[in-house]
Amino acid sequence: MTSTLTPVRKRSALTKGQLPKAAPYIVLAVALVLAAAILALIGFNPFGWAVVSAILFTAGLTGWSAAVEGSRRAKDRMVTCLVVGAFLIALLPLVSVIWTVLVKGLPGLMDPGFLSTSMNGVTGAFDNKAVEQGAPIVGGIYHAIIGTVLMTVLATLISVPVGLMTAIYLVEYGGDRPLARAITFFVDVMTGIPSIVAGLFAAAFFFAVVGPGTKTGAVAAVALSVLMIPVVVRSSEEMLRIVPNELREAAYALGVRKWRTILKVVLPTAISGIASGITLAIARVIGETAPILVAAGFATSINNNVFSGWMASLPTFIYTQILNPTSPSNPDPSNQRAWGAALVLIILVMLLNLVARLIARRFAPKAGR
Amino acid sequence: MSKRIDVKDLNVYYGNFLAVEDVNINIDAKSVTAFIGPSGCGKSTFLRTLNRMHEVIPGARVEGEVLLDGDNLYGPGVDPVTVRSQIGMVFQRPNPFPTMSIRDNVLAGVKLNNKKISKGEADVLVERSLQGANLWTEVKDRLGKPGSGLSGGQQQRLCIARAIAVEPQVILMDEPCSALDPISTLAIEDLINELKDQYTVVIVTHNMQQAARVSDKTAFFNIAGTGKPGKLIEFGDTPTIFSNPTEKATEDYVSGRFG
Repeated sequence: MTSTLTPVRKRSALTKGQLPKAAPYIVLAVALVLAAAILALIGFNPFGWAVVSAILFTAGLTGWSAAVEGSRRAKDRMVTCLVVGAFLIALLPLVSVIWTVLVKGLPGLMDPGFLSTSMNGVTGAFDNKAVEQGAPIVGGIYHAIIGTVLMTVLATLISVPVGLMTAIYLVEYGGDRPLARAITFFVDVMTGIPSIVAGLFAAAFFFAVVGPGTKTGAVAAVALSVLMIPVVVRSSEEMLRIVPNELREAAYALGVRKWRTILKVVLPTAISGIASGITLAIARVIGETAPILVAAGFATSINNNVFSGWMASLPTFIYTQILNPTSPSNPDPSNQRAWGAALVLIILVMLLNLVARLIARRFAPKAGR
Repeated sequence: MSKRIDVKDLNVYYGNFLAVEDVNINIDAKSVTAFIGPSGCGKSTFLRTLNRMHEVIPGARVEGEVLLDGDNLYGPGVDPVTVRSQIGMVFQRPNPFPTMSIRDNVLAGVKLNNKKISKGEADVLVERSLQGANLWTEVKDRLGKPGSGLSGGQQQRLCIARAIAVEPQVILMDEPCSALDPISTLAIEDLINELKDQYTVVIVTHNMQQAARVSDKTAFFNIAGTGKPGKLIEFGDTPTIFSNPTEKATEDYVSGRFG
């Protein structure tokens, strides 16, 4: 038996030069110091400091890497820097929005009765007193929360059956028929309808059918469902299309009728995606302002009936509080209420997104042994 | 609980394209018939016309007659759903329903049709079907677990159990072992041998040893060239087809000189 000696090397012949593990941190520190020095010459500001540091960091790391590791690794490092940079830029507005709303909205949210009272009977005199004598800011968004919830629920009740059944027709029955192609086209067009136009349509429709001046929560719900239906159709269609054909065939081969196959095999398989799509569609319309203003008007008191009377909602509440403060001479309490309502709205949307994820996980086909 | 199938002058079209031409074949009850032939020769297409599953494919249509114990599947007023509940099918890739447990997969044919069944009857049916598919001992302790958690071979046997749970007359199998390893293949082949005591089995396979092992009769399909229709070249007892075929093309194919 012959044995070959394994040559002992300090470094593998398969590698080129390598930067130390801490290289990015070293470059980052140098870049920060250097950028601070450069900016000190022309006047320091944090934003410029971050931008100059990022440019210096990218250039420095790429250059060092090119010198030691070769051009392929250098390109890799540069693209990594660019991707991370793009990610940070994308994240910046989001973090900034959440931060601003939190800081400005929390005081409003902390006002006593903010979530449990309406603006009924709250006049400019109260706000003047709050600013001048330090009395507590009264009034709340209870009526707006009720309005938003009722109108969104009604819009969902209208859109989900219509949208889901349209999607089922498109995927299971439509094929390449002219009707299916026409529906797809019009759904695409509907996706692009400006929300104010949807509001005008719903208002005009109810003016014509019920009577002039009909402005109720139901009108707004119709306007919202005009916006929601295309989203529901699109997302449900995607989900139904990715259900493997094998499952439909398996059901047919067992002698199961088509509608039962759709109801009991196709829909349950796709339900997690459909449910999260619907939740996202709700999150999309819950913040609509223009159609509600046009179709449901604005109210300061609690209205629990979507079929009669004007109705408030969170977005229109924010809009009117900013544009027409309760006390024109002292707008600060109104501003505070508006920011509080904005915070509540963002929390609602975030909760809905969270619910979508939970639903998706809950209904997802389980694998396991 | 099994019926014979007689096919008379059957042509299968995809739109205007003639895919399979002029097939005449008589499949005996309680026998295993294998369809062999090169890819694209129309074996699977023809198999699907035996329980009208080709109608799922847009544009597919047939001319001719398929008689199940004398009743034409393509007669006026015949409901394809009735046909399929009598002639079950097992597909190339195992396709248990991912949203259902093993038990519910077996009961799918009953439950999806909303037939009332008591828990006791259901238990009996599940056990009998899984026994029939040689899967009972492997899964009896985890009937509530999802069917997609089983191995490929077990999933395919689960699909067979699901097919026999609706008590069909005939079972069609479209390359049931092509996605499986040799051990699972052997399990399925043993199962086919047992199934023919009760059912008429028709199997499409690319594996000629498999056709020789499991079938009583073999049909050889061939195609003259791309764009030409597939044809039934020769049909006869399996030993004859493999050792002493009449047609030159059959001999070339089974001896490996072509295809």
